[in-house]
This record gives sequence, structure tokens and C-alpha cells, in this order.
Amino acid sequence: MGDRFPRARTAVVGSATFGVGEMPGYSALEIAANAVHLALADAGIGLPEVDGLFIALPDDLFGGLSLAQYLGIHPRFTDNNRAGGASFMSHLVTAVMMLDAGYLDCAVIAYGANQRSSGGKLSTPARPDRWDAPYAPMYPLSFYALAAARHMHQYGTTREQLAEVAVAARAWANTNPEAFAKGPLTIADCLAARMVSTPISVRDCCLVTDGGAALVLTRMDRARDCPQPPVPILGAAAATWYNSLSQADDVTTTAAAESGPRAMAMAGVTPADIDTVQLYDAFTINTILFLEDLGFCAKGEGGAFVSGGRIAPGGSLAVNTNGGGLSCCHPGMYGMFAMTEAVRQMRGVAANQIPGAKVALAHGNGGTLSAQATVIFGGVDTA
Amino acid sequence: MSGSAQHWDAALAEGRFLLQRAPDGTALFPPREHAPGSGAALEWIEASGRGTVYSATWIQRRPPEAPYNVVLIDLAEGARMMSRVEGVTPETLHIGMAVQARITDGPLLVFDPVAEGAA
Repeated sequence: MGDRFPRARTAVVGSATFGVGEMPGYSALEIAANAVHLALADAGIGLPEVDGLFIALPDDLFGGLSLAQYLGIHPRFTDNNRAGGASFMSHLVTAVMMLDAGYLDCAVIAYGANQRSSGGKLSTPARPDRWDAPYAPMYPLSFYALAAARHMHQYGTTREQLAEVAVAARAWANTNPEAFAKGPLTIADCLAARMVSTPISVRDCCLVTDGGAALVLTRMDRARDCPQPPVPILGAAAATWYNSLSQADDVTTTAAAESGPRAMAMAGVTPADIDTVQLYDAFTINTILFLEDLGFCAKGEGGAFVSGGRIAPGGSLAVNTNGGGLSCCHPGMYGMFAMTEAVRQMRGVAANQIPGAKVALAHGNGGTLSAQATVIFGGVDTA
Repeated sequence: MSGSAQHWDAALAEGRFLLQRAPDGTALFPPREHAPGSGAALEWIEASGRGTVYSATWIQRRPPEAPYNVVLIDLAEGARMMSRVEGVTPETLHIGMAVQARITDGPLLVFDPVAEGAA
């Protein structure tokens, strides 16, 4: 047993982002609260109706309590689950199950951060563990570098192929008004970029921006009364294999190889059915690893798969259509923004709308490729 | 009596590099109270110190500070750990390289390259 999921019995009825890019003068909590306000307005639902609150703030371990206090609500259930950037997909799993069980009627998942305006560096309470720390790895960057170096060794992946990921993300960002990083970016630019922790250069790294986002979820019976067409949730799964990448059996295969197939099985879809893919691209290697682990190509073939503009606008698979964490925004934890972009695609209102998109996948990553969680959204006319 | 981590620390301070072994023969690092996945009892074993570089990164610093490496080592017994390899350059350090553990000041485990052809 296990993995019983109420397919399409809950839906996203409100979705919003706030302050994506630079939002000087705002705290993380203020940015999150504004995103919640906008998402509830989008849903046509009043604040007092929110009875489930899910949030992971970058530097507030009790973020759910802080947000409940700030909003002035008394939720039946508050979840501060921290699985890094995958927290929000994990929140969605819990919210969906609690909504379907009737424990909750209206769940809000939220995030906010002011990392760009408050110092311009990734702000996280996470650290290397005591076994890794004496060797001074950059956290989390060097862990991704170790995965990338091994992937290159094992499968012949090249820096040019990593650069293809960054160039594709920038091309999507260039036609997304919300995206923070715009302008031309070539493979040559990426290869000439300053090295940080080999083989990862600055152009292989996500942005540091401000930004917040929120989703409002309810049961489908109620969702049909909301002003926006409901975006049904078809499947969602989280997977945890380790915390430190040092303890991975194989650093080139992540737990996305578990969360993806489980979520797709719940949804009754295969990779071939998915019209657009929103992946947590903290670093360029992430996109390659997750495309492999989620089954869009075979293990080891991710580098070749992303080459030739295949995941860029006009390519065969629409990946990170907002520009992703690499070029749209990355306020410390990106998971929410993968989901809000997937919701936009399902509503048909994305800046880079994929015509006729009926199924969207959003994938979150947390820690050092540690926590992985996958959500499958259906189109507004999903049966 | 102490937890397994403190036991490991105390051994390292005495110049001994310990690992643990589960009943199925699997070697473990970092130390645990029970075998992961099964909860079985563990025994302490002396590590040979032999290993192979599984992955490696060079962290760049503002010149004139030189880059330094962070590696993952596959130990001969089967466990994996983070460390650094001393006495190498970006040109000479490579995945698959044979290395040998050494306890340096700290105390801290680091690794040295094993000369080609050495036993």
C-alpha cells in the first residue's frame, strides 16, 4: 500500500508572485504576506477562510507561526517542514491529503525572501555537517560541483553542455517580463565566466534575488466556484535519500528518480505526456540530472539531451519557461516559483505560454541534491 | 561510554582511523549507533586508509590565495567520506587516483597520492 493519492480531487485556485527581482525595503515576511494577499484575491477567498498554512522562510525556523501571527489567522494546521527548496512541494503533498480528508478546507502555501536587497548572498541556516565541514566545501555550491565533476567523469558531460542549460534559461527569461536576468548569453560567455568551484562557474549558478510566491488550494467541489479555472493536482511525491551528498550511493542519481515516477504513477502519466517541465535549477547540473532522473532521457544522456537548444524556446521540451532559477529569480529557495510557473502554463497565461499545454511537472530540490519532490498539475479541463 | 561519534573522535586523537562494519560486511562512515537500514549492531574496525578519489572540486579564491580542493574518497573498505588530497595540483588530481589517509593536525584526516606502481 502507500502512495494512494486523491488525483484531481484538489486544485490550485489562487496563485501569485510578488516582488520578483529586487524589492528593497521589504522584509521576507512582508514579501510573503503580499504574495498571500494577491493569491487569495486571485482565488476570491477571504483571509479568514484559510485554515491551513504552509511555509518555509529562509531564516525563520518558526516561519509558519510568524506568518499566522502576521496575517492574524488561527490555522487548524501549520507546517514549517524544511526540505530546502523542495519544502513547498512537500507542503503541497500534506495540504492535498489534509484537504481531501476534510481536515482542512483552504490551504495556503507561501514563501518570501529579500536575499538580494538584504546583502546579495544566499541566506540559509543550513551548513555542512561536522564530517564535511573541516574540509571547507562551499555550501551548497561545492556539493553540486562534486556531482557535476563525477557526472562529467562518468558520462562525458561537458562544460559546453552545462552552458546549454544556462543559455536556454536566459532565452526563456528574455521574453518573460518578470524575469530578473535578461540580455544575450552565449555558450562562449559561460565558458569564459569566472570559475567558483570547478567545474561550476558563476554562469552555472542561480541568481540571488528577492521574491515571494503563494498558492491557494482547495477541494475540487469548491474550486469550481472560484473565479479562476481550477488547476487540478494529479500527483505529488517527495523522496529523501540523504542529507549530505557525501553520503549518496551515486552522486549522479538523485531521489528525483523516485519522486518523479511515484508522482507520475499517481497522475497516470509518463514523461511523454508532460507538456512543460519546471525544474529547480539551482545550478546547471541540476537540470541535466533531473531530466535524466525524471525519465525524459536516459541516465548519462542529459548533457546530449539539452544540447542544440532542445530545452530552449522552440526546442522539443519546454523546460523552465520562466527562465528558472538561473535567469528568472532565485530568492534562496526556488520551489514555489517552479509551481507558480506550472500553474500559469496550465491556466494558459504564462509569459512564454506553451500552446495547448495540458500537463505540467514542477520539481523541487533541497539541500545538496538531498530532498526531491515532484508535482504533476493537470490542465483546467482535466477529466 | 560515549556515542559512536565521540568514540571515533577519541580514536582519531590517538592516531587511529576507525570505521564500522555491519553484519552484512558493509563498512560505514560516518559512525552510527546502529546499522543504517537494518538497525543491526555494528563493530569497529581499523581502516586501511587506502582509497580512491570518487569526485573532486577546486574552490577558487581571490589571488594570491591558491585554490584548494575538496574531494569525495571511496575507502577500500567501501565507505565514502569528504576530505582533501594534499600535495596535488588541478593538473595532477584526478578522479580514480589512488590515495592514502594520513592524520594531520586537528586531528584531521587528509589523503596523499599514492605513487604510481606503489603497493
